[in-house]
Amino acid sequence: MSLVHQFRSSLARSKTGFIGNLEKLFGSGALSEEFYDELEETLIAGDVGLQTSLKLVGQLKEEVGRLKLKESSEVRNLLLQMLIDLVYSGEAAVEITEQPHVILLVGVNGSGKTTSAAKLANLFCKQGKKVLLVAGDTFRAAAVEQLEIWSERAGVDLIKQQSGSDPSALFFDAINAAQARSVDIVIGDTAGRLHNKYNLMEELNKIYRVIGRNMAGAPHEVLLVIDATTGQNAVNQARSFNETLPLTGLILAKLDGTARGGIVIGIQDALKIPVRYVGTGEKIEDLIPFNAADFVHALLET
Amino acid sequence: MFSSLADKLQNTLRQLRGKGKLNEKDVDAALREIRLALLEADVNFKVVKDFIGAIRERVVGQEVMSSLTPGHQVVKIVNEEMTSLMGGKQSSLIHSGKGPTKILIIGLQGSGKTTTAVKLAAHLRRSDRRSLLVAADTYRPGAIQQLQVLSESIGEQTYSNSNAAPVDICREGLQLATRDGFDAVIFDTAGRLHIDDEMMAELAAIKKTIDPDEVLLVVDAMTGQDAVNAASSFNEAIGLSGVILTKLDGDSRGGAALSVRAVTGCPIKFSGIGEKVEALEPFHPDRMASRILGMGDVLSLIEKVEAVVDKSKARELEQKLRKQQFTLDDFRDQLTQLRSMGSLEEILNMIPGGGNIPKEVKQMSLNENNFKRVEAIIGSMTKNERQEPSLLNSSRRRRIATGSGATVPDVNRLLNQFAQMQKMFKQVGSPETKAQFKKLKKVKKGFPF
Repeated sequence: MSLVHQFRSSLARSKTGFIGNLEKLFGSGALSEEFYDELEETLIAGDVGLQTSLKLVGQLKEEVGRLKLKESSEVRNLLLQMLIDLVYSGEAAVEITEQPHVILLVGVNGSGKTTSAAKLANLFCKQGKKVLLVAGDTFRAAAVEQLEIWSERAGVDLIKQQSGSDPSALFFDAINAAQARSVDIVIGDTAGRLHNKYNLMEELNKIYRVIGRNMAGAPHEVLLVIDATTGQNAVNQARSFNETLPLTGLILAKLDGTARGGIVIGIQDALKIPVRYVGTGEKIEDLIPFNAADFVHALLET
Repeated sequence: MFSSLADKLQNTLRQLRGKGKLNEKDVDAALREIRLALLEADVNFKVVKDFIGAIRERVVGQEVMSSLTPGHQVVKIVNEEMTSLMGGKQSSLIHSGKGPTKILIIGLQGSGKTTTAVKLAAHLRRSDRRSLLVAADTYRPGAIQQLQVLSESIGEQTYSNSNAAPVDICREGLQLATRDGFDAVIFDTAGRLHIDDEMMAELAAIKKTIDPDEVLLVVDAMTGQDAVNAASSFNEAIGLSGVILTKLDGDSRGGAALSVRAVTGCPIKFSGIGEKVEALEPFHPDRMASRILGMGDVLSLIEKVEAVVDKSKARELEQKLRKQQFTLDDFRDQLTQLRSMGSLEEILNMIPGGGNIPKEVKQMSLNENNFKRVEAIIGSMTKNERQEPSLLNSSRRRRIATGSGATVPDVNRLLNQFAQMQKMFKQVGSPETKAQFKKLKKVKKGFPF
């Protein structure tokens, strides 16, 4: 099921979407201020953010004038294309280049790191790769047990240490183990941390450095997991995490609710960090590579 | 003192100086700035519309008070309106007349229900009430263990049964709590989407079975526009008695608080302010209003300072300062007190505009290791040296450096800083400084708009 379809079914109860409403707003053939107001509101309601929304509406206005567009379908396509251009940045899925290819998941508390780690492990496992999960959240109570249960379900190996132990040391060992066992992909879970906590961010930076010291070039991917319901604070999150360790992409979790995750447009606009995967449910297979076109349709179809 | 919003309003309303009343056009310009601030803080756009409408009615035609600048006056009205919308005063937990108080914790995935359940138990424990924690999240792997481990850490009992349905677990838990005479029973439920009909039906069944005194929705303070959808769905399907706002120790502006309050009408009862089990405090609508408007949380800061500053020690210190007997021992005491307020970052974030301090500056001043080093250096001095720093010749400085794992330049720098502080404190007794202290105290009673 594509993202758009999932959205259609989950949002069946919401009012007519912006795209659906576009004809009516088109009125007598000329685009009214009402159209632009409604577009601005739709974008804001999808958490795109005020600044980015205003910028987008301004650009659309300009382009419509420049191209002298008259047909609603033309404006519709232009708008979709503008948004897609903004969030599309090549192949979304992680490309496996090294052995082991080390992927680190980071994010604030409760964004969905542990679940995403399990889903990613399952995804690669299905592709016939040898995966090693690292239970790097040694802080939260029972986080290790949580990933352990998931790893059994996915049928992948797990490396863990006692709760409360130093995550950097764990990751150091994990790389050694991965090399010894000829693992293809290492997926590291980390403890949730708010991006404004200096010491916790330093700890994360240490994990990053230790991994790099043990294997040159690793971690090859650092993915920030963002809850789709997050508002404008997600931009701060992305900025702070990116300053601590260079992010290579985002996982947009929990997109199966009514939140539309428009904040990734703001993040892409400000920091050029692409979305790689989207979480669409609680089951282990509910993780799909990000599709810009589907995402934009869903954003405007409510 | 005032942050960007107040500054912007000040600019917008500059031309108003000398005018008697705020007219509609002036007000519109100001309201645009407020709308911007609220949307940036993630207040739902519909809630913003209604709110701005209400503000306009109150502001238009207002006399510009001579004591206030127009910008500050508008901010004051907005602040008041927002505070009253968020419930005005603090709202506490409902307690059951007979039998254990039944508290049902619900919310979306990852909002912080399990941690909050344990924090609530710890909160009740402080007033000597014992809770039974019921783990009814049979879906998420490790959820039951998480509640068990956390509850154990505060010495509270849990009940669960991983083979039973959540409704049955809750019923059994309630029976146990009633039988054993617990003061409260807290039900931790699985995170669920408000559009998941099956899971919402389960929640409704749990509610029917246990007939709770409190149904508390846990909401992540970082939530965006969707907060209204989730909150109103939970309220319609289950019926809420209150809200707990979590992760307020982050740097989000927390506009979700206003949205949730506006659509459910339920009071926000607590806020989660850290990962530790004791990091739960009553919700303060007035402080939240300032935070949403981007004006920092000066009141919480002052409260924190007051909480850690030992009154008698403060008086002693004052005496010493007067007599100019401030020693390195006192200096160390001061540092310890500062650190017991929590991380410096936390403190900086509460200062208006503190969130905008450049990262480099923060890192420099916030490096907790610097504090530790200073404490180590002072700790390596003899008692006499701490009382009388002039004793410290180069050989003694070398010894201290070696003893504390620091370098001689580190020791010299500390002594220089201390000398500067001493100089500064000599001025404390002066009349001007006293006047400034008085001003600070006024701030606590209300913003001097």
